[in-house]
Amino acid sequence: MSAISPNALWVRLQDSAVYRSIVRHGVTDTNLNRSLIIFENLFLHVHPVKVREKTLRFAHTYWLGGITTACALVLTMTGILLMFYYHPSVPQAYKDMKELTFVVEDGAFLRNLHRWAAQLMVFSAFLHMLRVFYHRAFRPPRQFNWVVGIVLLLVTLLLSYTGYLLPWDQLAFWGVSVGTNMAKEAPLVGEQIRFLLLGGHVVSENALLRFYVLHCVLLPVALLVLLSVHIWRVRKDGGVQGPAEELETPERGEVP
Amino acid sequence: MSSPPPILIVESADPLAVPRRVALVRPDFRPSVRRREEHWLMTFPHLIVREVILFQIVLIVLGLAAIFFDAPLQGIANPLETPNPAKAPWYFLGLQELLHYFPPVVAGVLMPALVVIALVVIPYARVNLTAGPLWESNPRRKAIAIGAVTVLLVALFSAFACWPIVVPTLLVAAAIFAARGGEEGGRLRRRLARVTLPEWIMTWFVVIATILTVIGTFFRGPGWSLVWPADAAVFG
Repeated sequence: MSAISPNALWVRLQDSAVYRSIVRHGVTDTNLNRSLIIFENLFLHVHPVKVREKTLRFAHTYWLGGITTACALVLTMTGILLMFYYHPSVPQAYKDMKELTFVVEDGAFLRNLHRWAAQLMVFSAFLHMLRVFYHRAFRPPRQFNWVVGIVLLLVTLLLSYTGYLLPWDQLAFWGVSVGTNMAKEAPLVGEQIRFLLLGGHVVSENALLRFYVLHCVLLPVALLVLLSVHIWRVRKDGGVQGPAEELETPERGEVP
Repeated sequence: MSSPPPILIVESADPLAVPRRVALVRPDFRPSVRRREEHWLMTFPHLIVREVILFQIVLIVLGLAAIFFDAPLQGIANPLETPNPAKAPWYFLGLQELLHYFPPVVAGVLMPALVVIALVVIPYARVNLTAGPLWESNPRRKAIAIGAVTVLLVALFSAFACWPIVVPTLLVAAAIFAARGGEEGGRLRRRLARVTLPEWIMTWFVVIATILTVIGTFFRGPGWSLVWPADAAVFG
């Protein structure tokens, strides 16, 4: 029996039907293949197959949308890990924080990472909105995507806010009390909105459970759907739009 | 609007790359119409590789922050023990600061609702689509209108003693008038002269939102009194 070298095994694996059904294109350096990589992949096809060279420059977008998306990814991954250690009940929620800090391997790092990624996501989403405004990238055909972006900003704020209650410490409890007291002031429906949010008249265990479900299920799903639409629409509307200076229109009657 | 801008004819210069196209467009409305063909790159690998690198940079920066700075954790929630002051997360402290000046229904409901509505309608408001440099046309009429709005806003917010809004409003108004006739001025004034009305309004909003948030975060202590950052309850 002749010995099979690892190299030969690797080549045979790559020739197998199973491998080729999963890795359909490889990285063969032809433009056709590079197009197929993008548009035959569910996840990558939110992008166009080609992009303008100048849109890759730093000052074109400052990569702010990318930073926000990267934060969302980090938050999803750390959030799932944190869910393994967290019970949305009183007082266990707070004990789980202590447990994460002192017992769980790298638990404090995990919680810190989640916290700082959340702060950065809110901040970069704001900056992204300002960048788009000052570059006048909300103009037709991008109006709809601007509105999707505003909804995404609100979802981001709600995600951050619902997560704020989960540690069940004094900071969380009173921060959420202050916020939901504002909701109470809405005319006619204020009291009902507050009751719906909190599952009661004060911040209690019911509120913790509701915020937990919103934070871990409803809002992340909303974010995923809207974010997919948002990035896909960038492609449909002709790619990212940069600084307004480039928009200067030709002189009247001039044919470029 | 006096007369609609002229319709512009654009055609592609490269018949081999694309079929010859003729488009009738309003040049000020649709930014996607470009004057000449541009250089394109394949998304894979040029964009995808950059995205992967960006993700790695973000992860490294956040990882370092997570190593060196701990997320805050206070004592267990106690409904009977109200901290003084009780503060919302930082991105809502601008709103909480407004509560100090206005009735709750104004600061907590009316103002945030107006902000959200204003942001949503931006791309549908004609002024945002057609706006050129503010002082380019009708400078006299605009000067009167802007002056009147400034006086109105200053009077309104002064009535509530809301100086963190009054002062930036006056400063932005001063900048707007300094921009008038700035085309012949220095670099800064020439830059200001190119700013459009929507940009002035957004800048006004951002300056006020930032000032309110900074005051609420760093300069508010017990009883929502003004204190120095060292004495303010600054939370992560």
